[in-house]
Amino acid sequence: MTHPPPPLGTPAVRSEARDKVTGAARYAVEHTPPGCAYAVPVPATVARGRVTAVHAEEVLALPGVHAVLSHENAPRLKEPDDPTLAVLQNDRVPHRGWYVALVVADTPENASAAAEALRVEYAAEEHDVRLTADHPGLYTPQEANSEVPAVRERGDFDAAYPAAAVRVDATYTMSALHNHPMEPHASTAWWDDGHLTARDSSQGSTKVRDTLAQVFGLEQGQVTVVSEHVGGGFGSKGTPRPQVVLAAMAARHTGRPVKLALPRRQLAAVVGHRAPTVQRVRLGAGADGVITALAHEVVTQTSTVKEFVEQAAVPARVMYTSPHSRTSHQVVALDVPSPSWMRAPGEASGMYALESAMDELAVATGLDPVELRLRNDPDTEPDSGKPFSSRHLAECLRDGARRFGWDRRDPRPGIRREGDLLLGTGVAAATYPVLISPSAATAHAAPDGTYVIRVNATDIGTGARTVLAQIAADVLGAPLESVRVEIGSSDLPAAPLAGGSSGTASWGWSVHKACALLAERLERYDGVPAEGLTAAADTEPEVAEDSPYARHAFGAQFAEVQADTVTGEVRVRRLLGVYAAGRILNPRTARSQFIGAMAMGIGMALTEESTMDPAFGDFAEHDLASYHVPSCADVPAIEAYWIDEDDPHLNPMGSKGIGEIGIVGTAAAIANAVHHATGARLRDLPLTPDKVLPYLDPAS
Amino acid sequence: MKPFAYFRAESADEAIGAFAGHPRAQYLGGGTNLVDLMKLGVAAPDFLIDVSRLPLDGIDETPDGGLHIGATVRNSDLAAHPAVRTRYAALSQALLSGASGQLRNTATTGGNLLQRTRCTYFQDVSKPCNKREPGTGCPAREGVHRDLAVLGHSAHCVATHPSDMAVALAALDAAVHLHGPQGARTVAVTDFHRLPGDRPDQDTVIRPGELITGVTLPPALPGTRCGYRKARDRASYAFALASVAAVLRVEGGVVRDAALAFGGLAHVPWRARAAEEVLRGAPATEETYARAADAELAAAEPLRDNGFKVPLARNLAISVLAELASRT
Repeated sequence: MTHPPPPLGTPAVRSEARDKVTGAARYAVEHTPPGCAYAVPVPATVARGRVTAVHAEEVLALPGVHAVLSHENAPRLKEPDDPTLAVLQNDRVPHRGWYVALVVADTPENASAAAEALRVEYAAEEHDVRLTADHPGLYTPQEANSEVPAVRERGDFDAAYPAAAVRVDATYTMSALHNHPMEPHASTAWWDDGHLTARDSSQGSTKVRDTLAQVFGLEQGQVTVVSEHVGGGFGSKGTPRPQVVLAAMAARHTGRPVKLALPRRQLAAVVGHRAPTVQRVRLGAGADGVITALAHEVVTQTSTVKEFVEQAAVPARVMYTSPHSRTSHQVVALDVPSPSWMRAPGEASGMYALESAMDELAVATGLDPVELRLRNDPDTEPDSGKPFSSRHLAECLRDGARRFGWDRRDPRPGIRREGDLLLGTGVAAATYPVLISPSAATAHAAPDGTYVIRVNATDIGTGARTVLAQIAADVLGAPLESVRVEIGSSDLPAAPLAGGSSGTASWGWSVHKACALLAERLERYDGVPAEGLTAAADTEPEVAEDSPYARHAFGAQFAEVQADTVTGEVRVRRLLGVYAAGRILNPRTARSQFIGAMAMGIGMALTEESTMDPAFGDFAEHDLASYHVPSCADVPAIEAYWIDEDDPHLNPMGSKGIGEIGIVGTAAAIANAVHHATGARLRDLPLTPDKVLPYLDPAS
Repeated sequence: MKPFAYFRAESADEAIGAFAGHPRAQYLGGGTNLVDLMKLGVAAPDFLIDVSRLPLDGIDETPDGGLHIGATVRNSDLAAHPAVRTRYAALSQALLSGASGQLRNTATTGGNLLQRTRCTYFQDVSKPCNKREPGTGCPAREGVHRDLAVLGHSAHCVATHPSDMAVALAALDAAVHLHGPQGARTVAVTDFHRLPGDRPDQDTVIRPGELITGVTLPPALPGTRCGYRKARDRASYAFALASVAAVLRVEGGVVRDAALAFGGLAHVPWRARAAEEVLRGAPATEETYARAADAELAAAEPLRDNGFKVPLARNLAISVLAELASRT
């Protein structure tokens, strides 16, 4: 008898793939309970002020309208932890697009018509939506996102920097960006005898369940939230969002099930964005390129609703040798929509600036940019002094350079012409922390030799079901086909969100633990008892242990671009990433994560831009025709590789997160390649033709 | 969405007859723009007359050697037609540079000419817009306008016409055939769209109830070459930041005939007559092309954030003309 390969590490096909491509997989608003009504929110049309009148009576007379909710009549909520969820609770308008009313009707068309017709009056106030590096409202927060200190100082930067032989002082800016997952934020909610059920498009329904219970004053057992299939999130569904609170309110108010899918045009204002940043990076180095002083100072915006600080200076605490270092964040609360997580918050924006500055330092020192990074590869984490659990950045750089053909590169900028095109290549490093949260899971053995794994993981398109089945099959020594995985419901054992590249590690650890317990018990039995056998696990104790190690994934990005001297159009010709991210549990779904994030990095570098309209206080791009997400023709040869990393300090699977690192460094690699192609150092993303063209001379 | 009546017409006459007495009626072609505008509340017809299945889907040779294109010919079919690809390459190239494959499969020739600006203010009913609601103002002039007009705009409107196809048709001297309550008439495509002036709500000279039945291309003269080039933010699909369609005939190193039109710069596909004046009879050199482009673009009045369009259009014109001349 031949044994199949162990399930973990094989390119298993995602288990719901066929359901998804045939349309059998149903998403949050593709379930229609009997008597379902439809809700459409009404966004504020002033950037700051108060609602003075909601003329509900006028639209209640329209066909099919069941209800109009506003701060005047909406169910009162207990104060949520996240103030963006305190919808329809008072008359304040903190930014344009904030919801001021909700119309519920018998059909989506009637709800839309009534929402459009609803007259809302405002007392508008002066607004301020312009982020500037010298805004008088800037302050230093206590913490940046994910509870990291806003400011860290080591040594004496102010003394060391002027003394350095080579200095780079550059400021990089980037526009706001939006997640824009394919499936908009959407919910179907209903109440049944005091029990609230919501089908919600979310990255983590346990948290949504807990939040709904809290704001509606219910026990957790009185709420069920199902997120069976989720059409992407990229962080914007990582926290509960207004749609699920509104749908639950409307269902309670009308006594009917209510569906609510946020219109694409409203998303830019209500489900977060990557905040624009102004980042000043100063690097002081010896003639040998070894960094002696490093400062990364970030200015960004938040809303008046809540403080969210894009932690862009944080990767500089991890990346390079820097005996004298300052990393800091300043933020200003503007009358803008609330920023939040977007794929690799902090790392994506921060590594654009830091890795661009490294390229400038390479030019200033005359060193190859790969060599410069190798010379500054530290033995311990610069900020904490901790040893790395594993750090293979150097291997990623070397392997990537070999695969990309980097050794043939002529460093001189602006000299490679192909007709009207200028060609160039660039490199940047990537990093993303290893995050993990406690999770519960159960593993059940049935007498027929099959197993059921239960854990409230969420599959936002990553293949979570599949990889969790692989983990279980691996521990149980069972064929993959014998394992069924139940995820996507808050009635399952509680689990954290799919976010922070931590889902597989967090859920997987609890699955691993439950399966190990089950296997142990099965050994004590002579066959599985008729009622089956179940083991439950919770990783709270394991996860609570402090690691003595600095744990991060690393990677190297290589890009080749062309810049058209006639038009200023920059296009990516090749993108190649090599990652060191622990053990890769499923090469097929992992590759999909890497190249998807790299494609998103192309958007960040070249095409995606959310423009704040100062007069109106909203983002000008309201649809996918104007917000330019890369499509197939924008994503040419794209390759992802990884280094087999054996790191015993992570979790039982030996995995690091892979969902975000692919976007980190991509924009810098592309922008560095643009410099190599054109000789122009452009420090403001995205690099659209209007910005690039002034620096180019046509061949003629 | 407002309720509306729907009627599928079997003939042009039936469509025009149905229109009579319905001042808020609109003809529906592929619907790739109108349906979006209805969802946005920008367009609110009470009666949709579906003309997408009228028997106007032929592409036929005309007796003088030109080409007649029915109004309901789909953009994909037109771009792929052998006569278009060989004799009117600029048209095929323009069509294929526009929108996405799915949209081109649905969008019609007539509808493409009648599509409306993608100015974000026009598409947002919560904001003023003179084109959508005359007299409310134009926030684009001081607002977000990187993509908007540098030529021929007015105090009332700085919108651009979004079509690629129409730019090629303008350079190719196409004619638009209209059929309406007062009978049939033909308008040069260069006279079909209008500058905004103080009536930016009027995109074209079409009269109420008039229907586009087709477009005619004059014969392609022997020795002429034509081409289209477009600059855009994204390779996959995006509206033109600027584009150029050109028709050129060079003999003995001298430009004998030239037609040039710009897209993405104005409220209309911008036929560059001043540039053509410079080109005709001048040596076929890049210096001439640059002079020609400069002659046309001297009239440009860029807004705060769209000045890049002037050198961009200039580069495109020089590049396309040089490329066409090199193939002569």
